[in-house]
Amino acid sequence: MLSLEETHEIDEAVKIVPYRKAACIEALKIVQEHRRWISDESLREIADYLQMSAEELDSVATFYNMIHRRPVGRHVILLCDSISCWVMGYENIRTEIMQRLGIKYGQTTADNRFTLLPNPCLGTCDHAPALMIDNDLYRDVTKDLLEDILGKYP
Amino acid sequence: MERPLTEHIRKDLRPLTLKEYEQAGGYQSVRKALKGMTPKDIQSVVKDSNLRGRGGAGFLTGLKWSFVPMDSTIETKYLIVNADEMEPGTFKDRLLLESAPHQLIEGMIVSAFAIQATISFVFLRWAYKEAANHIRFAIQEAYDAGYLGNDILGSGFNLEMHLHTGVGRYICGEETALLSSLEGKRATPRAKPPFPQVSGLFGKPTIVNNVETLCCIPHIVNKGADWFQKLSLTNDAGTKLFGVSGKVKTPGLWELPMGITMRELLEEYAGGMQDGLKFRGALPGGASTDFLVEEHLDVKMDYVSIAAAGSRLGTGTMIVLDDKTSVVGFVRNLMHFFAQESCGFCTPCREGIPWIEKILTSLEAGKGEGHDLHLLDFHTKYLGPGNTFCALAPGAMEPLQSALKYFRKDFEHYIAEEIQNTTHPLPATRKRLITDISKF
Ligand SMILES: Cc1cc2nc3c(=O)[nH]c(=O)nc-3n(C[C@H](O)[C@H](O)[C@H](O)COP(=O)(O)O)c2cc1C
Ligand code: SF4
Repeated sequence: MLSLEETHEIDEAVKIVPYRKAACIEALKIVQEHRRWISDESLREIADYLQMSAEELDSVATFYNMIHRRPVGRHVILLCDSISCWVMGYENIRTEIMQRLGIKYGQTTADNRFTLLPNPCLGTCDHAPALMIDNDLYRDVTKDLLEDILGKYP
Repeated sequence: MERPLTEHIRKDLRPLTLKEYEQAGGYQSVRKALKGMTPKDIQSVVKDSNLRGRGGAGFLTGLKWSFVPMDSTIETKYLIVNADEMEPGTFKDRLLLESAPHQLIEGMIVSAFAIQATISFVFLRWAYKEAANHIRFAIQEAYDAGYLGNDILGSGFNLEMHLHTGVGRYICGEETALLSSLEGKRATPRAKPPFPQVSGLFGKPTIVNNVETLCCIPHIVNKGADWFQKLSLTNDAGTKLFGVSGKVKTPGLWELPMGITMRELLEEYAGGMQDGLKFRGALPGGASTDFLVEEHLDVKMDYVSIAAAGSRLGTGTMIVLDDKTSVVGFVRNLMHFFAQESCGFCTPCREGIPWIEKILTSLEAGKGEGHDLHLLDFHTKYLGPGNTFCALAPGAMEPLQSALKYFRKDFEHYIAEEIQNTTHPLPATRKRLITDISKF
């Protein structure tokens, strides 16, 4: 069941738009904020609340890469793989992260600490290579900095 | 040199509070517009200023606004700022969003008044977390100070402003896809006409403009069309945020007059190439613009001059290719991006770009076939303007077609050796495809 907090926040989003289901992306974001990912159950709960079908909502949810339809770890690493980062050698950073954590793109470490995802351009190309962990942006990343960066996320 | 867009940005990039911004002359254009000007007056000064949209297409802002019906019976109109910045190599709106949120809000209020929109949205990409915090805070300050809400400054004009943060996908930046996304749908572009100016968000007249475009508006209203025109060294008015990334000495972002040359930007601002590297080419305005090469270094960075040289000013943020970076790898990286970010709605784009990526990957792996370059050429025509539903696919073809033109040997290099031991005959369907190229 959606929590009181969740429904409150969704109600606020619904106020801004002309009909309920127009707030569905906001609702997905709100629930993901509380539960970290959108399970089939969460999907049905949101759909019911917004008076739309779960299938229709899933067609929206699966379109957007920042809606997680699979569980993610406590922290999500988003590694920029676009052109300026590629020119500046992000591939070394990718190899290093994968080796350190023993995971590939789309996977989560066994201790559920990190999920690693590739991400298109993070918009900080004069400081490539770049990555984000949760809400934090890291720029001019080098292999040597990774130990410290990852260490901040228990 | 005047730098209206960035002059109030502090060295440490911390945004001004509303009070500080007002002390620096902020929100004057709102007073001037709402108290002494008609919506038509503002539309005219913007039209006369010759301001062109900074989102990539360079469409004249005044002209775009003039299509909005101004009939007073229309109850709801929308103004949306496109802050979805996701074009690879582009990092210009980030600065204005993070460090000058009040300038954007001021521009939005005046622009909304000019088209008599009563609801406005900031459509911000999810990754700009700091920008989201600063904008949320600044919107609240503007409401508290009476610049937003009902009866703004006693003028009778009402305006709501909302921040919408996205959930990913490059295609959300395409203006009709953005509208679909704001309506809670998959972000697929829409057929035009009807144009958003007439039937946009929720079927109501809507203007979508880029962040940098709207940030120019307060200055144009305050200082006039002539002043704005004179900021530029050429006929395309204003200053522009120009960026450089890649293996140059000092990558960065600068507000400069429209019309400085590529060479000045590269050498004086970006410090030239890193030691031991040579310039081979650059995408002048983000990933979906054609390569320009050494012979173009004296081309002026404005819409008309860059177009005459065979590329586009795009977002004005240049990505540099050096002589030790693989051209095929560079283009393959771009195609990976476009293939992944295609919304999947139309076939040439959905199927064609992944095909291109596969060909380039196989070239790099030494598995190229003799007809691969023909296939690449074919795609640049088949996915060109007019053959797909939106501009994503034609944009994706720009770096590819120009790389094939200027750096063809780099592509051939992978095939030349291979072709000798190639035994696969060209499949009949591919043969037909290739002969059909001339039709496009
Ligand atoms: C695939 C695609 C992505 C786009 N992304 C953006 C973007 O992130 N920001 C932007 O301002 N314009 C983007 N545009 C251009 C918009 O469609 C639109 O032209 C622009 O927002 C209009 O604003 P302007 O007239 O002020 O430039 C994109 C276009 C396409 C085809
Ligand atoms: S060109 Fe690509 S992104 Fe644009 S509508 Fe077609 S499939 Fe979608």
